[in-house]
Amino acid sequence: MLHIKCPHCGMRSQNEFSYGGDATVKRPELGKEISDQDWDNFVYNRKSLRGKHLELWQHLSGCRQWIKVERDTATHEIFRTLKANEDNS
Amino acid sequence: MDQNFRLSDGGLINRDKKLSFKFNNKTYYGYEGDTLASALIANGVHLIGRSFKYHRPRGFFGAGVDEPYAMVQLYRNGETEPNIKATEQELFDGLEATSVNCWPSVNFDIGAINNFLKIFLPAGFYYKTFMWPKSFWYKVYEPFIRKAAGLGVASIKHDKERYEHKYEYCDLLITGSGPSGLASAYAAAKNGARVILAEDKARFGGTLLTSEVNIGNKSGKEWAEGIIAELKEMPNVTVKNRSQVFGYYDHNMLVMSERISDHLSKTKKFHPKQRLWYIRAKEVLISSGSIERPIVFGNNDTPGVMLSSAAKEYLKVYGVLVGRNPLIFTNNDSGYETAIEFKKNGVDPTILDTRKDPQSEIINEAKNLGINIKFSYVVVAAQGYKKVKSADIAKISDDKEQLGSVENIKCDCICVSGFWTPTIHLASQSGNKTKFNEEIDAFVPGISKQNETTLGAANGSYTLEGTLKNSFETAYELSKKITNNTNKISLPNVVEKKSTTHDKFWCVPLPKGKNYKRFLDFQNDVAVSDIEIALKEGYRSIEHVKRYTTLGMATDQGKTSNLNGLQLVSNIENKVVPNVGHTTFRPPYTPVSIGAIVGREIGKHSKPTRKSPMHKWHEQHNAIFVDAGVWLRPRYYKQGNENLFEASKREAKNVRTNVGVCDVTTLGKIDIKGPDAAELLNRVYTNAWLKLPVGKARYGVMLREDGIVMDDGTTTRISENHYHMTTTTAQAANVLSHLEYYLQLVWPELNVNVVSTTEQWAGAAVAGPKSRDLLQKLFPKSDVSNEGLPFMGYIEGDLFGVKARIFRISFSGELAYEVNVESDNGNFMWEKIMEVGEEFKIQPYGTEALSTLRIEMGHVAGSELDGRTIPYDNSLEGLLSKKKDFIGKRSLTRKAFIAEDRQKIVGVVPLDKKTSIPEGSHLVKDSNAPLPNPKLGYISASCWSVEHDNPFSLAILKNGKNMIGEKLFVMSPLKNKVIPVEIVSSHYVDPKGERVRS
Repeated sequence: MLHIKCPHCGMRSQNEFSYGGDATVKRPELGKEISDQDWDNFVYNRKSLRGKHLELWQHLSGCRQWIKVERDTATHEIFRTLKANEDNS
Repeated sequence: MDQNFRLSDGGLINRDKKLSFKFNNKTYYGYEGDTLASALIANGVHLIGRSFKYHRPRGFFGAGVDEPYAMVQLYRNGETEPNIKATEQELFDGLEATSVNCWPSVNFDIGAINNFLKIFLPAGFYYKTFMWPKSFWYKVYEPFIRKAAGLGVASIKHDKERYEHKYEYCDLLITGSGPSGLASAYAAAKNGARVILAEDKARFGGTLLTSEVNIGNKSGKEWAEGIIAELKEMPNVTVKNRSQVFGYYDHNMLVMSERISDHLSKTKKFHPKQRLWYIRAKEVLISSGSIERPIVFGNNDTPGVMLSSAAKEYLKVYGVLVGRNPLIFTNNDSGYETAIEFKKNGVDPTILDTRKDPQSEIINEAKNLGINIKFSYVVVAAQGYKKVKSADIAKISDDKEQLGSVENIKCDCICVSGFWTPTIHLASQSGNKTKFNEEIDAFVPGISKQNETTLGAANGSYTLEGTLKNSFETAYELSKKITNNTNKISLPNVVEKKSTTHDKFWCVPLPKGKNYKRFLDFQNDVAVSDIEIALKEGYRSIEHVKRYTTLGMATDQGKTSNLNGLQLVSNIENKVVPNVGHTTFRPPYTPVSIGAIVGREIGKHSKPTRKSPMHKWHEQHNAIFVDAGVWLRPRYYKQGNENLFEASKREAKNVRTNVGVCDVTTLGKIDIKGPDAAELLNRVYTNAWLKLPVGKARYGVMLREDGIVMDDGTTTRISENHYHMTTTTAQAANVLSHLEYYLQLVWPELNVNVVSTTEQWAGAAVAGPKSRDLLQKLFPKSDVSNEGLPFMGYIEGDLFGVKARIFRISFSGELAYEVNVESDNGNFMWEKIMEVGEEFKIQPYGTEALSTLRIEMGHVAGSELDGRTIPYDNSLEGLLSKKKDFIGKRSLTRKAFIAEDRQKIVGVVPLDKKTSIPEGSHLVKDSNAPLPNPKLGYISASCWSVEHDNPFSLAILKNGKNMIGEKLFVMSPLKNKVIPVEIVSSHYVDPKGERVRS
């Protein structure tokens, strides 16, 4: 079970969180024209990375905040965690 | 002949307490502190079971967790449990055990014929033999394999025992209470760290209990007892025996199983049988010690062949002789310790040492005691079928390849020592890249991946002094880092005998003309010849060899077999062991009972059960409940001898003619507040929300980004910036997360707060033509007329002094209202509604009637919003705003979603107006078409229409728009039904929706 540092609450066990997918995906702006291909990429197409992956988790059984977690998908090493509004660069 | 092989004194058992037990229905006696194994050996019983594949007789090989095959079926307090190691099971009064894997009995086993059919069961036998003909698989092969295989029988009864889970945090978790575990626990604890010390056996001390050493003028055992006593008194230390840390998982989380009651004839009241600990440790010190390796020779699985360390443990801990004429076969000094122990107890052993001329303190001691030692000698084969009777021995050349002439000597046990293998399972599980240590011919932990350090014998350090010193210092430094303490602590001096180097010898060659089976893996019956076949057949990777031959698999996980297997592969392949590498060690290190893994989360406890505030009332009025998500909802209220069908029909009819009341507390409720609340709703729902006035409700549908309907419900504008959203019971949690996702990540600029209020409000739906009359009596001060409270209107009212929210919304399609009060007043509200409603012939209705009402109205619910349908499919396309964008809108232009013959919801009526249609049935054009018969759609929900008094179903049908009036067939192969049906509109009752507005 992973040990995830919630930027709001501190270290917590994985069973308090739920996984939310790739954090680098940006939702296209509402009301803006978008090609089929770009929309497809947003809705369906994800990379299945091996290695460093910036992903979303929600601290569901805690503060209910969505957070960003930089994790190695192969080793489960967690490099850093960020608040939703923190820049990941 | 009671306990013939028990010494007259000695050992750590309690001789004042004699225990009776049964093995294979014969009664024996042992003492408190025995294991089942030690008590059986004390009674001269060595034949305990049959081997897995060849059904060869099997005895005891180890004295604890190292035991590969002495497994029994255990009976305790009316329960039975398979896969119990006799060497680990502590004896209790009345214990009963039987052999496994033998039929009809352990003494005469028919399966043993496998052993004599040479071509039978070589490596990969199952893969090669049971391939064809295909039809034989179910009828012949599988039943045969099932009967022949297996290591015991699982109980099919409900386990009455209680198992618990516990979560714990600590600074240092120390796995094993041998010398390194004790020294490190002592250092860390005295330096203020929070320590958990886990020992898998009943007794603390590990090898200190059996070795002749001196620590600070105390024996190893006395020193260990002193340290444990001191640790137990410290508030920062948890000391646990009978506790096996069996798995090392991510982020320094380890799992330990504590056997609390397994050693007792009955679990004490309020005690669990076992407890599973989830331990998150800052640092882990692995002090799991080492396991003696066997030397491979002919018939080395004969009962009576065992590890020399096990023989010593039976002597020193249990006061039991494994034989009266022991042969010790060793390649290192450890065998001598066992021999000396025998000699001290009046038994004359013979030592065969593979080394030519070793010199050390302990060898001299053995010589001085007059023990018969033969150097450069090996055991070629054990002789005897059910017990060792003699041994074929021979001199071996210096290059270890040539055997001299074979001679036979009498003996009744062969104690083998092929040096020591560090127990690196936990380190390896943590991700540690292990490395090969040439000096000890074994793998040791390499660079740590997680915060783990392996100490002592588990790290290949085999001297007591070095182990204690290193463990102490390591733990001190680690604890200093955590606690910042530098308390003054020291260790006493150590006196131990010095050993000399071992002989890198592990397998005795076969003498000319002999074809003895030489076993590597005793649990899985893998012999040298099996590995040879696998390699000949082209298997190269050690992982493939493992799977093909089953070497190192199952519960044993290669504890005694792993390294000898690797040695063999590397010899044949002309490689060195490190280049062969070892297979992955997987948790659990030892078997864990399923009960412990499940813990308290069984049956109803696997999820919380949520009950509405009116639950008691429902119970008192004969409600039959149904699980709705985690909620319990009344399905129907039974009157007299009614069944579900009759009751739900009565309840639904009463709603259509009079008035009914339904508990709708379980609907998800979300409170939405903030200046941008309307904007959020406008983006989340498919219809327009910006102009909803205060005091009005609106029905809305929300989509996922892929265009699929996620949920529906009504949302009411309570005040300027305050909305009350309802969701379906099942989707409540998902919808909240969905809103939070968009608010926190996608549109953080929106000033809105959302919070679940599902449990804050109790809800009652009051539905039926007389509902307004009832409402007027409930709220005499409020204007509930069609003008005062029109359809989709909202007011607040006073229910006999209780503040209530009144929504004019309808799921049943009748004139209906939903009344909400704070949960604490829920029961009061319900009783008032029933009391006042009596004159209007009110009846409560459950989910079954609720479904009937919504189905015949064509209102969609979970069975249509099933994660596969878009708004069009549910005839909800009228709710799609053309003017604004919303979540999922862009996906609705996908080709399949706008296809001319897109599926759509329809109504289905059987032509005979009698036959009920099973939910999930398929719709086809021709019931006699050849298979696969093209499927046009499926039945999503079925009911008995109370309005038309015939069956009615909803279906999602291809090209549903143009299918009204068509005649099709409903097919349910499961129920063996073919029903001719007509497709009708999904709005079977009140298609214009006049009632809700009346």
